[in-house]
Amino acid sequence: MIEIRDLHKSYKVGSNSLHVLKGINFNVAEGELVSIMGSSGSGKSTLLNILGMLDEADEGSYTLDGVVIKNLNEKIAARYRNKFLGFVFQSFNLISYKNALDNVALPLYYQGIKRGERIDKAMSYLEKVGLADWAGHLPNELSGGQKQRVAIARALASDPKVLLADEPTGALDSKTSYDVMNLIQEINDEGRTILVVTHEPDIAAMTKRIVNLKDGRIIQDTQVNQVRAQENV
Amino acid sequence: MFELERWEEIFDTIRKNKLRTFLTGLSVASGIFILVILLGIGEGMRNGISQEFQRDAANIIYVYTGVTSKEYKGLNPGRRIQMKNEDFNYTALKHQDDLEYKSSIFRIWNGIVNFGKESGSYRVEGVYPDYQFLENSGMVEGRFVNYKDHENFEKVVAIGKKVRDDLFKDGKDPLGEYVQISGINFKVIGVFTDPGGEREESLVFMPLSTAQRVFGGANNIANMAFTLEPEDNFEAALAASNYFSTEIENQLKETHTIAPEDESAVSINNSLENAKRFYDLMDMIKFFFWGVGICTIIAGVVGVSNIMLIIVKERTREIGIRKALGAEPLSIVGMVLHESIFVTAIAGFIGLIASLMLLEFVGPLIETQYISNPAVNFNVALTTVFILVIAGAIAGFFPAWRAARIKPIEALRDE
Repeated sequence: MIEIRDLHKSYKVGSNSLHVLKGINFNVAEGELVSIMGSSGSGKSTLLNILGMLDEADEGSYTLDGVVIKNLNEKIAARYRNKFLGFVFQSFNLISYKNALDNVALPLYYQGIKRGERIDKAMSYLEKVGLADWAGHLPNELSGGQKQRVAIARALASDPKVLLADEPTGALDSKTSYDVMNLIQEINDEGRTILVVTHEPDIAAMTKRIVNLKDGRIIQDTQVNQVRAQENV
Repeated sequence: MFELERWEEIFDTIRKNKLRTFLTGLSVASGIFILVILLGIGEGMRNGISQEFQRDAANIIYVYTGVTSKEYKGLNPGRRIQMKNEDFNYTALKHQDDLEYKSSIFRIWNGIVNFGKESGSYRVEGVYPDYQFLENSGMVEGRFVNYKDHENFEKVVAIGKKVRDDLFKDGKDPLGEYVQISGINFKVIGVFTDPGGEREESLVFMPLSTAQRVFGGANNIANMAFTLEPEDNFEAALAASNYFSTEIENQLKETHTIAPEDESAVSINNSLENAKRFYDLMDMIKFFFWGVGICTIIAGVVGVSNIMLIIVKERTREIGIRKALGAEPLSIVGMVLHESIFVTAIAGFIGLIASLMLLEFVGPLIETQYISNPAVNFNVALTTVFILVIAGAIAGFFPAWRAARIKPIEALRDE
C-alpha cells in the first residue's frame, strides 16, 4: 500500500538547515495497523505529513497504492488527499461552526457528492462511531472523545485507502484514549490501513507493528502482539 | 461558481457566522448609506441655493442713458440722450422670443405722496405690468397695475408695504382709497412686498402711460429693464445675455447717433455677471460633496478590505482543514470571494435602498432655506455599490489566495 524509499527532508531554520529525515525506508501493506513512535524531534510528524501529502520530501520516492507521489501541484495533491487519505489530528480540527454531521460530510462535498447523499453517508459513519444522536451538535458541545470520534468518522467518510492519525489520543485521558483506540482497531479489523503517530507506549502496543524513529532514522521495526483496547476499558 | 452546492455551502457559512456577516454587511451598508445621503444633501443644497439665486439675482438687464462724451457725425459731446417709447417698443418687438419680462420705466421726481394728514417722499415710477416680476415683488393685497390700466391711462397706484405702513395708520385698509401725488388723486389698487426689503418697499408704481401723460413725460422713458428666457446652464445664459446687451447697445447708439466707442451715453447693467459667483458657489458645493463622497468610498473600501483580511486570517485554520480534506486552492479562494461578494452586494443594496427611501420620504419634508428636494442620481448610487463590492472582492482575493497557498500543516499547526 505504502512504499517509501530513501526519504530525506530538511527544514531551514534561520540560516541553518535542519536535517529531519535521513533516509527512511518503509513499507506498509494493506490492512496493517502501524504505529510510528519516537521522541519529540525524531521526525515522526514530518514523516506523517509527507505521507499525508501535506508536505513534500526533498529526496526519495513515495508510492501510495501504486501511484507515485511526486511533484504534485496543489490541485492534484488536494485530489489525492481527498481520494486516498483520511486525517485524524491531535487537536481534532473540526470546523467549529459546523455541526458533527456537516463536519463528517465535508470531505464528501469536496468529492462532489450531492447534498442528500452526503448527509446519508455522513450519518452512517456517525452511527459507526456511535454518535448518531449527536449529529446536530456543534463541536464545542461535544467531549474530547466525542470530537475525536467525529474526526475519525470524517476521516472515514471519503472511504480513504489509508487513515493517518497524528497523536489521536494526545489530548485525551486514558479511558477515552482506549475508547478511541478501540474504534481504530475496529476500523482496522474491517481491513483498512491505518498509521498512528504516538509517543505513548501503551497506545503503540495496541497496534500490530511498531516503527521506532530516532533522529530521522528508523531504529526499530517490529511486529507486535496486539493488545486489544477493549480489554483495558 | 454558481452551482447549487456552492450556494448551499455559503449560506451554511453565513447562517452560522451571523455576527461576522452582520458586521461586514453593516460597514458596507452604512458606507453606502452615508454616501448616498451626502450626495443627496449636496444635490439638495444645489437646488436650494439655485432657488435662492433665482429669487434674488434674477438675470435682469438694466438699460439707462447718460450724456455723450464724444462728438459724432457733427454732433457735439455733452448731449443728453433721452430714450423714447419707440426704443423700448422696437427692442421688445425685435427680441420678443428671447425676452421673459420687459418693462420701461418713467421716473417721477419729487414724488410727494399724501393721504389725509400723512405724507412722505417716495420714488414714484410709471411701469409696465411685467415690472412686478422684474422686481420680484409679491402682492400683499390687491393687484399690481395691469395692461388695462395702461391702455386706459387709469390713475391707479400699487404701493409698497412701507408706504402703506407710513400713510395708512391704525391698520386702515388702503385698497380703494385715494392718495395724492403732486396734488393729483390716485386710487390704491394694491400693496406689494419685495425681497429687497424696506428700500424696495418704499416705492409707488403706476401705469407707464398714466405717468407719462399726467406728469408731462411725453413719450420719454428713463430706463428699460429686461429678463431673458432662462437657459439650461450658466454659460448659455451668460452668452445670451451678453449678446442681447450688445444688440441693444448698438441699436440705441444707432438710433440716437452716438459714437460706437462712446462709453458714457448708454449704460447696460447686466446682473448675470454677478450671478457667476452663485454658479461658482454651486460648482464648489458640487465638488465638495463629490470630494467627501469619494473619501467616503475610499474609507469604505479600506474598511471592507480590513474586514476581509481579518475574516481570512480568522479562517486560516478552517482553510487548512478544508485543504487537508481535499479542497483545491481555487475552491478555497472561490468560497471566500463568493461569500464576501454575496454579503457586500446584499448589504450594499440594503444601504442603497434605505438611503433612497430616507431621501424619498424625508427629503421633501426638509423646509430649510438652503436645502430643497434632496435627491440622488440612481445610477451614481448604483455605481458606488458596485465599486464597493468589487473593491471588497479584490481586497478579499489577495489574502484568500495567500491563505489558499499556505500548506495545510502550517495552517493546522497547534497554537
